Amino acid sequence: MAEEVKLLKTWSSPFGLRIVWALKLKGIHFDPIDEDLSNKSSLLLQYNPVYKKIPVLVHNGKPISESLVILEYVDETWKQNPLMPQDPYERAIARFWAKFGDDKVFLSIWSVFIKQGKDQEALQEAMENLKFLEENLKGKKFFGGEKIGYLDIALGWLANLVSLFEEIIDIKIIDKERFPLLFGWIQEFSQAPIIKESWPPHDKMLTKFQIMLQNKLKLAAAETN
Amino acid sequence: MHELCSHRHSTENITLIKKAMAKSDVKLLGAWPSPYVMRARIALNVKSVDYELLEETLGSKSDLLLKSNPVHKKIPVLIHNDKPICESLIIVHYIDEFWSSGPSILPSDPYDRAIARFWAAYLDEKWYPSLKGIASAQGEEAKKAAVDQVGESLALIEDTYVKLSKGKPFFGGEKIGYLDIAFGCFLGWLRVTEKTSGVKFLNEAKTPHLAKWAVRFCADPAVKDVMPETEKLAEFAKLLAKFRAGPPK
Repeated sequence: MAEEVKLLKTWSSPFGLRIVWALKLKGIHFDPIDEDLSNKSSLLLQYNPVYKKIPVLVHNGKPISESLVILEYVDETWKQNPLMPQDPYERAIARFWAKFGDDKVFLSIWSVFIKQGKDQEALQEAMENLKFLEENLKGKKFFGGEKIGYLDIALGWLANLVSLFEEIIDIKIIDKERFPLLFGWIQEFSQAPIIKESWPPHDKMLTKFQIMLQNKLKLAAAETN
Repeated sequence: MHELCSHRHSTENITLIKKAMAKSDVKLLGAWPSPYVMRARIALNVKSVDYELLEETLGSKSDLLLKSNPVHKKIPVLIHNDKPICESLIIVHYIDEFWSSGPSILPSDPYDRAIARFWAAYLDEKWYPSLKGIASAQGEEAKKAAVDQVGESLALIEDTYVKLSKGKPFFGGEKIGYLDIAFGCFLGWLRVTEKTSGVKFLNEAKTPHLAKWAVRFCADPAVKDVMPETEKLAEFAKLLAKFRAGPPK
């Protein structure tokens, strides 16, 4: 039976990008479907009725939602080029930091961006979070060790979004002096062949986030008036 | 004869020492009222793993906790051979994967695993926060909205149970599994919320399948000794509310 793999995502979502990377790293052919979230397709609503969000992986007609859940599904279904470590303890550590990335790091970096780097508390929190990640890279080229693994994919959004935010607000978040290992990892990860070819178009991303920031600022100004 | 006796004694001693060591190899930092801690305890019980429960007290965090979970400073923390594992669902995965020869907790099929993981995450991200939202709701309208939300999501979980159990006694099939543990741990606090809000959420009328499932779950050997009594939990809830409100002004 021919295998059918569809991926519902958007052109810019870092969460969708995780699955693109995982599938490409395993050499899996898939049919990418870019959604317009302001006009969600009936397919998306059917496949993810609970959250109505992307990404959704559809494998032989069966949908899976939530990017970290999808990542483990991909790794367990297609065994070539394993992404998760083998050892149960290493797996627990990888899962922990991936969740930390989504629950804490993402929000704190976003907060720095939205406040244009002017909020000391937000900056402080982001720096503390990044320090934990920096420690994690000691003695390693990638979070996964010698090659890209689950945790690199889960944290990969850092390698794209942070420099974009830095460009827009003109403030360094991941400073080479302060976070030498993270800085180095970003270069290594970004340049890896499959990762490099999958980045969303830079200018389009820049515009998108500039507009988002402007809208947030307008909203904030309207609220205080 | 004398030599045989002393040899037998020393092997018995070695066995006793091994057992004592084995138990202290596995420590769980926790507290009896915590549903998240309960997940870890149930999982360890499913695998028949001996462990030492180190109870944290309300209002203070032990040095061991701060050292073992510097990121979140929260319980549960499983400490296995001095290596800490944090986050309840991650701990349950670890227990299932390390003690792989015991009864399995996660389903064996990758798609079923994905579905179980999806719903466990839903419980933590949406359902339990909405349950806690009832107590913190200010005013009648907000309370009604919070109650309605919990009711709706429970109806969804009832549906999910029917779909996933396929007529078997648990989410996991014939025996309790990942999603049973992920959801069942909240039953105590659900009952307390029913008491304090005066609204019944999980019963024959509203959630007939889950109502029966709850009885089976609580009776399971891996669960019954770690599920707190609703009365005791309700008393603790009062204590917790007082503690959070701070000293009287």
